[in-house]
Amino acid sequence: MTLASHIATSPRFKDNAKAALADPDLQNALKFVEVNFIARRREVAERLPEFEALRDSARDIKDHTLAYLDLYLEAYEERLTAQGGRLHYAVSADDARRIILDICRDAGARTVTKGKSMVAEEIGLNDFLEGNGVTPVETDLGEYIIQLRHELPSHIIAPAVHLTKAQVEDDFRRVHTHLAPDRNLAEPTSLLAEARGVLREKFLAADVGITGANFLVAETGTSVIVTNEGNGDLTQTLPKVHIVLASLEKLVPTLEDLAQLLRVLARSATGQEMSVYTTLSTGPRRADDPDGPGAYHVVLLDNGRSSMIGGEFRDMLRCIRCGACMNHCPVYHAVGGHAYGWVYPGPMGAVLTPSLIGIDKAGHLPNASTFCGRCEDVCPVRIPLPRMMRSWREREFERHLSPATVRGGLAAWAFFAKRPRLYGLAAAMAARVLHWAGAARGRFSWLPLASGWTRYRDFPAPQGETFQSRWKHRNDRPRPGSPP
Amino acid sequence: MAEHEARRVGLFVTCLVDLIRPTVGFAAVKLMEDARCIVDVPRQSCCGQPAFNSGDRATTREIAAQVIAAFEPFDYVVAPSGSCAGMLKVHYPELFRGDPNWQPRADAFAAKTYELVAFLVDVCGVSRVAARLDATATYHDSCSGLRELGVHDQPRALLRTVEGLRLAEMRDANVCCGFGGTFCVKYPDISDAIVGKKAAAIAATGAGLLLAGDLGCLMNMAGKLQREGSTIEVRHVAEVLAGMTREPAIGLPAPDPAAKAAASKAAGPGPAGVGPMGAKR
Repeated sequence: MTLASHIATSPRFKDNAKAALADPDLQNALKFVEVNFIARRREVAERLPEFEALRDSARDIKDHTLAYLDLYLEAYEERLTAQGGRLHYAVSADDARRIILDICRDAGARTVTKGKSMVAEEIGLNDFLEGNGVTPVETDLGEYIIQLRHELPSHIIAPAVHLTKAQVEDDFRRVHTHLAPDRNLAEPTSLLAEARGVLREKFLAADVGITGANFLVAETGTSVIVTNEGNGDLTQTLPKVHIVLASLEKLVPTLEDLAQLLRVLARSATGQEMSVYTTLSTGPRRADDPDGPGAYHVVLLDNGRSSMIGGEFRDMLRCIRCGACMNHCPVYHAVGGHAYGWVYPGPMGAVLTPSLIGIDKAGHLPNASTFCGRCEDVCPVRIPLPRMMRSWREREFERHLSPATVRGGLAAWAFFAKRPRLYGLAAAMAARVLHWAGAARGRFSWLPLASGWTRYRDFPAPQGETFQSRWKHRNDRPRPGSPP
Repeated sequence: MAEHEARRVGLFVTCLVDLIRPTVGFAAVKLMEDARCIVDVPRQSCCGQPAFNSGDRATTREIAAQVIAAFEPFDYVVAPSGSCAGMLKVHYPELFRGDPNWQPRADAFAAKTYELVAFLVDVCGVSRVAARLDATATYHDSCSGLRELGVHDQPRALLRTVEGLRLAEMRDANVCCGFGGTFCVKYPDISDAIVGKKAAAIAATGAGLLLAGDLGCLMNMAGKLQREGSTIEVRHVAEVLAGMTREPAIGLPAPDPAAKAAASKAAGPGPAGVGPMGAKR
């Protein structure tokens, strides 16, 4: 049980979704995902002839790493330690939080700056540090905004994508009390400049910098982050202590593998060829380095992942957190990320969240999918997301967690479906009754037991006899073109 | 094709076509018979998707085994639905993986299974149809057909040979309509938001006719369009390709006999077929 799981609203997914659909600001903001992210990815993917081959190779690299994860972990730790870094293995979220707090306390830290890290969100790090007298300051613009608003990110690479510019401006004016009323904040760049001004002081005041890692490279003991704002570099080079918080599936064998994965990451995420900054960190400051942290810690989080390696959700550990699946998801486009009720939204969240907080809490997530398959179609590491959502539904069904109405309806339907002759009779009867009731208008605007359908759509009246009963009389069937 | 022995095809009708719109089934039969196939329809119920997507694998396997056995005598299995064909072709083998008795049967079954329009074009080599319809149509790519079976170019290629028919592509034709099987009744609010966007994209083309290859998606989109008061007609692509468009479009009432007589006089004689429904009245 993690701290963060206490605040999961995933069980209330339906209510969350309803509220999201009725929120005009959110609906407006979500258009950015649906239009821009998709167009940019398509454009940049089409420009690179080997993009599909790179996706295969990215998948293979991650599969290979997972197959030999123990060996690569050992190699990584050895290289890291040889370079003066320290590896802390955190089995649970609780372990990770305590390890990080201990490092902060040893450093006498009052303020820590943070680069963007979904794993930090997963373990609820900010609330924990704050509750223990250490002030965390998010330095990624999106994360900074949602920290001001005490929210979770609504997207794994664009944490504040659920907000309009006007909402962000309001937040800045509320919190940045030094702002002159006539200061123009209408442009994203002016918002960024304002945040940078405020953050500059925090960068210099911070005793510890915490970043995530997009990748950890075994052959060199390196951690890698990609950012577009440069905040990650200031977070990890200015304070005297740098803590990297990463989950164990971020490991890749070599720098060559890293280069392959970087080529699909930014293209899939933002439609960039590369992120603006790609920063490799290998240990603390060396004697002849001009700057850098005096201490370099890597907190490697498991939190249930190692138990996924042997199971049916193993492929999920290939995920490189690009967000392409949610960018292309019609359900995400409709309700945004907060409706999913926890840290990871969209299709990847629908698979990962039940692993981390339990299918009993997150059951809606893998169910709220049309299985349209667009997520799998764009996933840079080809994770079979719909198949794994279905696997969660199977576990739910086996544990009798699916709603009684669903189970009852399914059992009744299955009784007939397994008996084609009986099914044919029942269908013929239903077709006749519904045809009789609906033929005059051609459709129904209300049907018993089908209000989920008829609340929003009409239901067509059957044409009369079923196909199969007509087929039995096929010899009477007039040929097309023959007179009626 | 002439040198081929006639293909023996088992039509997998799909439960929605069987119950709601038999015309689609007869259109499929006509198209395949025109392509020199011998078509028959073994007794059947459903492909099992409702159970499969609800996590009930045991029931799904029972239904799948029954379908595989029923279609074993045929050279091909064809369904007028990408979703059901995807279930038969892609997911049945998954259900029996590792089962020494059933895996080979499921694999053989999958190998001979096709979505209708893909079967006509890719297997039978059909390159044009003898049908006529004066209309502007827009075509929606249903998800399973598109992404599991690669159905995209085939329906467009055949529709282009329908005399009098113009095609107007909609924005995001490849984006889900929000049907998703049980999804649309489990999460009606979300489904409504998705199909609302789809209805707007359809309307924006100015087309008077919406076509697709899956009755579930078609019922969803037709139901939404009609609830919004749209007069856009909605049909399965097979109806148009087979020239069987005299039946009222999905969700529309049969015209009263006097109006019908006037309409058929106005339309004049043509290759447009009469569905088996027409004869029954």
